[in-house]
Amino acid sequence: MTAIHQKGQKVIALNGDEAVAYAVKQCDVDVVAAYPITPQTIIVEKFSEYVHDGEVDTEFICTESEHSALTCCLTAAAVGARTFTATASAGLALMHEILYVTSGCRAPVVMAVANRALSAPINIHCDHSDSMAERDSGWIQLYAENSQEAYDSIIQAFRIAEHLEILLPTLVGLDGFFLSHTLENVAVLPDETVRNFVKQRQFPLVENHDGKMVPFKLDPENPITIGPLDLQDYYFEHKRQQEEGMQKAPEIIRKIHDEFAERSGRTYGNGLVETYGLDDAELVTVCLGSTAGTVKTVVDQLRAKGVKAGLLRIRAFRPLPVQDIVEALRNAKAIAVMDRSCSFGGYGGPVFHEIRHALYDSNLHPPTVDYIYGLGGRDMPQHMIQRIYQDLEKIRITGKIQHPVQFIGLRE
Amino acid sequence: MNPKKKKGWKEIPMAGVCWVPSTSYLTGDWKTYRPVWDSEKCTRCVLCHLFCPDGAITWKAQTNEMIFNYDYCKGCGICEAECPVDAISMKLEGEP
Repeated sequence: MTAIHQKGQKVIALNGDEAVAYAVKQCDVDVVAAYPITPQTIIVEKFSEYVHDGEVDTEFICTESEHSALTCCLTAAAVGARTFTATASAGLALMHEILYVTSGCRAPVVMAVANRALSAPINIHCDHSDSMAERDSGWIQLYAENSQEAYDSIIQAFRIAEHLEILLPTLVGLDGFFLSHTLENVAVLPDETVRNFVKQRQFPLVENHDGKMVPFKLDPENPITIGPLDLQDYYFEHKRQQEEGMQKAPEIIRKIHDEFAERSGRTYGNGLVETYGLDDAELVTVCLGSTAGTVKTVVDQLRAKGVKAGLLRIRAFRPLPVQDIVEALRNAKAIAVMDRSCSFGGYGGPVFHEIRHALYDSNLHPPTVDYIYGLGGRDMPQHMIQRIYQDLEKIRITGKIQHPVQFIGLRE
Repeated sequence: MNPKKKKGWKEIPMAGVCWVPSTSYLTGDWKTYRPVWDSEKCTRCVLCHLFCPDGAITWKAQTNEMIFNYDYCKGCGICEAECPVDAISMKLEGEP
């Protein structure tokens, strides 16, 4: 707390959505376009109050759908604006087409996703089905463990998305209700500090149709065309460029995280992954989002009993920090991946695919299993996480996997 | 460097930004049929010029001729359909 006061921060009670809105208020955003959807609604509702009260000079656009909301942000970003939107579940699904257009146009839109299940049956509570379905859309994906991190990550996200070596839209996931609607003490930085941190948007120079180098934004004085028809001859090359932005992103995300830590005193692992008790851990769970908080409590309990338990939390799911994951799991004897979404008919959930896949190239192949949990907001209490570690202990001793993929917290 | 060699991903601007004007992209080779103009039947009403979606038909005042720019004409046939005096007919490419 002393450190917080030294840096001029104040602690206020905010839920996750309010924490996101507060961060956006401080980031000098030009355009916010959004459509309400639970559990994101509070973000834009709160932000619209800031607009009404004159606390920001942002252009606030109420659109008729999420498809239009993201289109507004994309086009505003193309003319050089700093833009933000927020959505969840069906809203993100409706944006699907424009998610690809946004990343393809290298428009650095920042979006908060209050992670929520997809229908049907209809459900407004937390799981990761919505953003996992968009993992290949060319957006950077960060997942927050708590409301404090949601606040910090939104501020960092503008720097990440707008970085000239990246220029890719960035999504910050916060677990619906568990974070979005739960009050928490959140330390906020002074407005000036955030303003100085995010800085003004910069623009790289691109070659236009007259062979002139002009800033990469739509400007009648220096006209360019962004995202036109691109057939067999060049589409592939443009997709490769997007991947290059992703390849460069991990190092930049880490640096921006470190730079933010200097001002806030807060770190989240190395900005890409966070390890908890991992140095000598033999039994390791891998998860993302708010579940990590519960797992940390269980790790502490098990450590008190002498069990070598640990946690690897993935903060950046896109780009996937493969080297950091392999390095963090180097000493693990048994690994349980926790997936809060289901890839129907696949071999485990999306996080499981990535973790086992990343380990394949390492010389070590610890037994790695998947637990699909918490769909539609189903709780993940401590005793269930303890059961996972008990399963891991059995696997460590016997070296045998009975169920590579199973559901936990589900009634038979 | 071979001028016909296409650029690689490290050389082109991002996000499909065009580094050449669109006029350098000759879309005339898309066509299957080309419009053929009959100077005798034509009344120079220039409806074909007005309707051409590619701006590929112009009237040349000095010679009082309709000029068809086959570098950009995609062969859509709108000019033939709109001509009130049947002065334009669509001929298969490669046929006289």
